[in-house]
Amino acid sequence: MLEIKNLHANINGKEILKGLDLVVRPGEVHAIMGPNGAGKSTLASVLSGNQAYEVTKGEITFYEKDLLEMSPENRSREGIFLSFQYPVEIPGVSMVNFMRTAINEHRKYKNMEALSATDFLRTMREKKELVEMDNKLANRSVNEGFSGGEKKRNEIFQMAMLDPRLSILDETDSGLDIDALRIVANGVNKLKRADNASIVITHYQRLLDYIVPDFVHVLYNGRIVKTGGKELALELEEKGYDWIKKEVDGE
Amino acid sequence: MSEELLDQVTQADYKYGFVTDIETDIIPIGLSEEVVRLISSKKNEPEWMLEFRLKAYRHWLTMEMPEWAHLKIPAIDYQSIAYYAAPRKNAPQSLDEVDPELLKTFDKLGISMEEQKMLSGVAVDVVMDSVSVKTTFKESLAELGIIFCSFSEAVENHPELVQKYMGSVVPYADNFFATLNCAVFSDGSFVYIPKGVRCPMELSTYFRINAINTGQFERTLIVADDDSYVSYLEGCTAPMRDENQLHAAIVEIIVMNNAEVKYSTVQNWYPGDKNGVGGIYNFVTKRGICKGVNSKLSWTQVETGSAVTWKYPSCILLGDNSSAEFYSVAVTNHHQQADTGTKMLHIGKNTSSHILSKGISAGQSQNSYRGLVRVNPKAENARNYSQCDSLLLGDKCGAHTFPYMEVNNDTAIIEHEATTSKINEDQIFYCNQRGISTEDAVGLIVNGYAKEVLNQLPMEFAVEAQKLLQITLEGSVG
Repeated sequence: MLEIKNLHANINGKEILKGLDLVVRPGEVHAIMGPNGAGKSTLASVLSGNQAYEVTKGEITFYEKDLLEMSPENRSREGIFLSFQYPVEIPGVSMVNFMRTAINEHRKYKNMEALSATDFLRTMREKKELVEMDNKLANRSVNEGFSGGEKKRNEIFQMAMLDPRLSILDETDSGLDIDALRIVANGVNKLKRADNASIVITHYQRLLDYIVPDFVHVLYNGRIVKTGGKELALELEEKGYDWIKKEVDGE
Repeated sequence: MSEELLDQVTQADYKYGFVTDIETDIIPIGLSEEVVRLISSKKNEPEWMLEFRLKAYRHWLTMEMPEWAHLKIPAIDYQSIAYYAAPRKNAPQSLDEVDPELLKTFDKLGISMEEQKMLSGVAVDVVMDSVSVKTTFKESLAELGIIFCSFSEAVENHPELVQKYMGSVVPYADNFFATLNCAVFSDGSFVYIPKGVRCPMELSTYFRINAINTGQFERTLIVADDDSYVSYLEGCTAPMRDENQLHAAIVEIIVMNNAEVKYSTVQNWYPGDKNGVGGIYNFVTKRGICKGVNSKLSWTQVETGSAVTWKYPSCILLGDNSSAEFYSVAVTNHHQQADTGTKMLHIGKNTSSHILSKGISAGQSQNSYRGLVRVNPKAENARNYSQCDSLLLGDKCGAHTFPYMEVNNDTAIIEHEATTSKINEDQIFYCNQRGISTEDAVGLIVNGYAKEVLNQLPMEFAVEAQKLLQITLEGSVG
């Protein structure tokens, strides 16, 4: 579904991604790990179309379509979902209003009729349970006054609502205690199907105990320098990144 | 139910509202004592009304246009303005001749074809300017003793009430624009709620300007007697189109013992084009007096239109334990300028006032909040809380806050909070990532920002106002 070839990207003139390649097929879970500053979050931003980043070279196709030509909202409507590392607060805008606007934009893009209020609220109720979100949360303003854990759960709730083909979880485990982590991971696992895929960006192996990846990639200095199975994550947890840095820099 | 009601009221306005005596209603442009007399005689006014007008006119000649507001206004030639509605020349004959941009906006607001014709000034025989609205509810209101009629009718049928209250809150010599209004006002609305009556419906008046070079001088007088209640809506969310026009209205409200008045406005006069050409100059004097004990007055305004807005709905808190509120959202885009706020004058004991102002500036516009909180020496235990927030979209617009406070009594508690923020790129991107376009995202964020004020509006009005905010800001980001 997703094919990234030789991707180069800058922020403020500084090159962060330096020739990244990645292929993701339906049903797969890819973990992306790597030391600070390797470009993990940049990858998430570029995939979702954040204008702060400039793609200087390379291509990204998503189901044969040129992703780089698409606006951020159309990428979302095509089925790319980003679970933000730092979810943004929007005061005064209720989650209900926000989510309903988003869903109906997705439906309009697919030439489907807008969801009725009743159907929408029913869907919302179902999906809320997936991440054990309480009722009040949905009536509050988007992320306003949410705790760190609530914000992350809210991200997965939105993911469940929008039912993406490819979800990118950017450091979803950061700031979560072990209970919240389990709830979030359970939510993600329940949403897993043969026709969707995830890219899980994380620092720590911990999350991968719950969300089991098919592939683990090590991102270093703007490129994927090593790919393995889930056991690679364990090895990284034990040995750190220095041995990989040495391997790469020594070349 | 309430939505039906609004429909009925608006439809009624259009169907029955406008007197059509085109032939006789032509007055040449320019202002003189003769013109004032002519206006008065056309309206068959009694002598005392003419005297009031002339007194104002003579005083106006000694006055100068105020320049203290944070506004750049080109010189206005008061002799080039027609002071009484003339029938529109060159009126479009059908909607095909109307600016397609305007029609697009009508569609977005969901306005019916019939209404579109009315609002864009298509020649329909019942549409006239400066002639006020009647209401089909008049009879059912009359059963309760409520008077709701045009100002002219009130002068004719209830002269004792008009004479008693007109000019009692905004005196004829109050300010340049108010004085001008006193001299040449065309018509407006009159409301009287008798003792102990709770008005069962929202009263509304839709004002509109249609003719070229016609100043609009509306006058509204609302009297709520002891233990009564009324909610009054003024304005229209649909855009009002015209060339540079002077609009100088007066609203006076009198609230007696234990009475309550809620006054809501949505102002969407033509703001001029993207380059700042054309648009309405809107100079409004709105003031209420909480005359009785425990009386309450609440102003809510959503200001999105006009090239220039100069408006400070105010309250004189005279009665003990009286309270007042001012809720405002003012949006400026392109080259619009707004200088708006309120005055809260605490005179009685234990009076309280609450000010919540939300300014939104976009394009190259300038948006100012100007407010005065004054506590008189005898106003024991006065309480005021003011919050003035400004939201900036883009980096070419301006937001300004001018809060004045005069506190002459030690027992007063006065609080003022102000914030200025820019619309956040991260918020917009977050919305984008969920499939919401930038334009819709701005609409959502701005409506969220203004929510506390919009919540004060009657429900059906609030929904329209939300759409209006979004439409006003279209194209202002990204």
